Amino acid sequence: MENTARRNIDFSTIIVRIIGYGFIGLFALCCLLPFVLIVSSSLSSEKAIMESGFALWPKEFSTFAYEIVFRNPKLVIGSYMVTMGITIVGTALGLFIVAMTGYALQRSDFLYRNKISFYIYFTTLFSGGLVPFYLLVTQYLDLKDNYLAVLLPGLLSPFLIIMMKAFTKSIPYEITESAKMDGAGDFTIFLRLILPMSTPALATIGLFIALGYWNEWYNSMLFLSPNMDYRPLQLFLYNVITSADFIRNSAAASNVAPQEIPLETMKMATAVVATGPVILFYPFIQKYFIQGITIGAVKG
Amino acid sequence: MWKNRTLLLMCMPAIIFFAIFAYLPMPGLYLAFVNYDYSLGIFDSAFVGLDNFRFLVMTGDLWKLTFNTIAYNLAFIVLGNFLQIAVAIMLNELTSKWFKKVSQTIMFLPHFISAVLIGLLAYNILSYDYGVLNSFLKMIGMDPVQTYSNPAIWPYIIVITFLWQSTGYGSIVYFAAIMGLDKSILEAAEIDGANAFQRIRHIIIPWLKPTFIILLLFSLGGVLKGNFGLFYNLVGANNTMLYPTTDIIETYVFRTLMTNFNFSLGSAVSLYQSVFGFLIVIIANWIVKKVSPENSLF
Repeated sequence: MENTARRNIDFSTIIVRIIGYGFIGLFALCCLLPFVLIVSSSLSSEKAIMESGFALWPKEFSTFAYEIVFRNPKLVIGSYMVTMGITIVGTALGLFIVAMTGYALQRSDFLYRNKISFYIYFTTLFSGGLVPFYLLVTQYLDLKDNYLAVLLPGLLSPFLIIMMKAFTKSIPYEITESAKMDGAGDFTIFLRLILPMSTPALATIGLFIALGYWNEWYNSMLFLSPNMDYRPLQLFLYNVITSADFIRNSAAASNVAPQEIPLETMKMATAVVATGPVILFYPFIQKYFIQGITIGAVKG
Repeated sequence: MWKNRTLLLMCMPAIIFFAIFAYLPMPGLYLAFVNYDYSLGIFDSAFVGLDNFRFLVMTGDLWKLTFNTIAYNLAFIVLGNFLQIAVAIMLNELTSKWFKKVSQTIMFLPHFISAVLIGLLAYNILSYDYGVLNSFLKMIGMDPVQTYSNPAIWPYIIVITFLWQSTGYGSIVYFAAIMGLDKSILEAAEIDGANAFQRIRHIIIPWLKPTFIILLLFSLGGVLKGNFGLFYNLVGANNTMLYPTTDIIETYVFRTLMTNFNFSLGSAVSLYQSVFGFLIVIIANWIVKKVSPENSLF
């Protein structure tokens, strides 16, 4: 096999490969460099950045920005705790509900499956928009400055439920049927048989939900006011990036003289601290995402 | 009902969730027809009919927002799919497994990070004083550019950032489709003397056409929906200078809510967006039904 392929290589194939390696390599490099830029800037001295700007390699190596970020670690650790708490609770709860709904909706003996499916799907077609949603959460549910305002709206999405439906459809109905004959109820079947059988699906969908919570900043920005002690990580990062006052205040709390505060490098260091752990995990979980997208592409 | 009670119960959390977070806000769209008074609430505020819409049309805002939103989305859809297909085809031609895996992992990375971080990455490159772009321009002896006050270049910046972020992720679907192609067809073509370009042009690209059409029609349904996170974090909250070329429906509605407190105007734009978006979905679905009935939504 290998040999025949080698014999058949002609000029056009070589050209296509050169273009392919060149273009893909270049594009991948473009995807990577901005990250290198942030890490390098965070490890650079503020003086070097003021003089010659951000660079791919630190002109003057310094960890001062990290020292300040961690001199008063309460803020960063608090943000991590909030985000981790929201992510863990939200993912566990959301995943359970998504899986349960997805399973129920693909059961062919469930009379209301089409009606409920449409009820869920319709929300992607038509929505009340931002203003009524904002009023609902702040005035009717009274969740302003409450972490629930970040947790609750992110629990479910129609897309994930449809994906779960497609996943569980591939489990033969006979399994459900024979368990029923043995006298098991629908919920027991779901819990004892279906859940253990759909671990790849649960991993994929769980990752989608978890990543959504980890990167969440929109609802945080809408519903959590700046005077909260601990805000979710991305909102914390957003405040650091957009407000020099915010950096000055948090640096002042760690006894740093105002003229010494490295505004630019602190932005970068905070970004690295907020994003680093996810990026380290990323190569390991990436393949689940690829699985998920490919399955999501097959209509359920 | 009794026979399906457990299954119905299992759907209950989802039913309640969507009732609260999706259906309950819908009557709130009535805001579009009133002059909202905080002390009176939505349904007791003075009814003004279509005045809010009239205002949006007269100021030209509605036209500008619609144009920007649709133009950006069309650019995203057309260029995005083109690049995704190109990347998928090239990935398929690569022989080194190691290179393929590593490059795919890296290209996928930008999809994985928060919109906030993307804003910062762009700032790293575009900042007037410290940005890499201006360092580079100075190095080759050109004048630095004021990116954050020059509306004309923002369509390029936003589209490039979008492509940067979405190409690796989006190419996976096309790559999976190519994997599904019967390899014996390609071998037969090779034996018949087709070169690499001919293989790609006459076999692989036609094979991807249905996938492309379906993805295209699906994304057309969202042509009036904006990518709020991307625009907001790239452009910044209060950069009025860039509004002419960067303001989309989502950012406008956000501003009416958080800075201008004009709830009625924001709702009017949302209602317009929802109704037109809905019509576009219906039309797109009608077309899908004609092209490939098994892929239509309803």
